[in-house]
Amino acid sequence: MRKSKLYWALSDGWTMSQRSLKHIFREPESLLMAIGLPVAIMVMFVYIFGGAIETGTEYVNYVVPGVIITCAGFGSSLIAISVTQDMVGGLFERLRSMALLPSSLMVGHVTGGFVRNAIATTVIFLVAMLIGFRPNAGFTEWLGIIGLLSLFMFSLNWLFVAIGLITKSVETANAATFPMLFLPYVSSAFVPTETMPTWLHTFADNQPMTPLIETLRGLLIGTPIGNNAWFTILWFGSLLIISFILSVAIFKRRKKE
Amino acid sequence: MKGDIISVQNLKKSYGKHIVLDGLNFKVERGSIFALLGENGAGKTTTVRILATLIQADSGIATIAGYNTHREPESVRQQISLTGQYASVDELLTGEENLMMMGRLNHLNRDAVKKRTSELLKQFELVNAAKKSVKTYSGGMRRRLDIAISLLVSPQVIFLDEPTTGLDPRSRRNMWNLIQQLSEDGVTIFLTTQYLEEADQLADKIAVIDNGKIVEEGTAEELKRMIGDEKLELTFDDLEVFQLASKLLQAQANEKERSISIQNGSPENLRNLLNTLHEHGIEPSSINFRKPTLDDVFIDITSRKRRGRSVHA
Ligand SMILES: Nc1ncnc2c1ncn2[C@@H]1O[C@H](COP(=O)(O)OP(=O)(O)OP(=O)(O)O)[C@@H](O)[C@H]1O
Ligand SMILES: [Mg+2]
Repeated sequence: MRKSKLYWALSDGWTMSQRSLKHIFREPESLLMAIGLPVAIMVMFVYIFGGAIETGTEYVNYVVPGVIITCAGFGSSLIAISVTQDMVGGLFERLRSMALLPSSLMVGHVTGGFVRNAIATTVIFLVAMLIGFRPNAGFTEWLGIIGLLSLFMFSLNWLFVAIGLITKSVETANAATFPMLFLPYVSSAFVPTETMPTWLHTFADNQPMTPLIETLRGLLIGTPIGNNAWFTILWFGSLLIISFILSVAIFKRRKKE
Repeated sequence: MKGDIISVQNLKKSYGKHIVLDGLNFKVERGSIFALLGENGAGKTTTVRILATLIQADSGIATIAGYNTHREPESVRQQISLTGQYASVDELLTGEENLMMMGRLNHLNRDAVKKRTSELLKQFELVNAAKKSVKTYSGGMRRRLDIAISLLVSPQVIFLDEPTTGLDPRSRRNMWNLIQQLSEDGVTIFLTTQYLEEADQLADKIAVIDNGKIVEEGTAEELKRMIGDEKLELTFDDLEVFQLASKLLQAQANEKERSISIQNGSPENLRNLLNTLHEHGIEPSSINFRKPTLDDVFIDITSRKRRGRSVHA
């Protein structure tokens, strides 16, 4: 029996996802970095700067959402490196010469990246609990947290697939991960934005990470959320759609080269 | 079924102002081994990529098993498999996992994937390394795995882009044996190489590509007859002596290196040559036998062309 196109698209996507999942533990450097870096940042902020930052709550409770975002964002950005590696190596060429949808390559990276991120963020939550993080979220709040984080990760995963497709060398892809480490600092992740100079404050208040962090903080420890949840969904929902369309378009163009 | 399986007519491809292929023409007979021989940057990979539907030519027609690579790429892809110049294997997976993954992507069912995987691991002598990650493989093993992957389904045409570049002499010989075995199974093999010796060993037909054109085409025998089998090379210390010798011997002379190459290097010929020189009181500073190289092919072809042109002028 001939199977449908959709069947094979899903099957190929799953095959490539299995590959990326195997990579997580075969090359644990990415996972370790996605965990180690945020943990180091968290410990540093809580024990060194935390005492000096006035947030109105216990500092560790304040800082966890920001650390989680740093972790997930940085984890996503690593996808750009693996996508570029496949493009400059021979794998992409071979897939293209075969009778299948090579876009399953992208699906694999997005799924693999998502699972790696899920592992990393869970570990960060646990470490946070160890150093005194006490959320008071109930079941619905946790569902909301998981939903928002998933949206955030998927939109960034597709964004970094697009970046990985454009990038011509692994070194450049490496550089593309840098903003994800740096952007959380100019948001309400580590310090309240009111303490920043006006121009920075304006930027921080209006960049997408701030409403996300405020919403997560509200869900975790009960600070007011206001419109932030809607802004978050709007920002990252749009980013998801745009990145996806962008990835597909760039992919089609790279195929023609 | 005999006849031509690949046919290429007036294929052209440029990148910007850089003309890479400048009107390529050739045909490949079904079931044969065809070698595209050329130096770095001659356009070998570009040709393979056009035939494998990865890029499109600017003009000209290429067909594989009757399907047009430009208009019917899907059908072409079902006839071919490509082992590119750069390995496409996954470093982090094991050899077996690589084969299984590509088997699934080739849309074989689970049983067929298992069966082909174990057959190919055996055929390519990778059974002992099957469960080791590719990171630990040698260059030759990687190359073998790469080619094994392209045999998961039974293609009509296999493209091998420089299958032995970077391999040590022993692995190169093993690879040649492998390619010959594949050919015995009836599949058409299109390979590119920079080594005349490799084309000589393997190919039923050789096409020499230079500056985006096929400059010579024929069997290894024909090419060798054209450039002579082994060459005798005489070198001289002194420029004047060299000039006198080249006048006497009437052979291909290289003034910069003060060397003279002689096509026929038989012992008898050598004795006569040395006698002639001796009569004029000349002794060469060194005498070497040299197997023809790709350089010789090019030198020979270009010098023949120049002679050809001057006749017409
Ligand atoms: N995408 C591209 N953009 C611009 N120039 C290209 C591109 N691909 C190939 N070229 C140029 O085309 C020429 C032929 O390249 P090609 O890769 O076909 O050579 P080759 O015969 O395979 O050489 P090698 O033995 O080094 O593999 C080279 O000069 C190369 O720089
Ligand atoms: Mg090449």
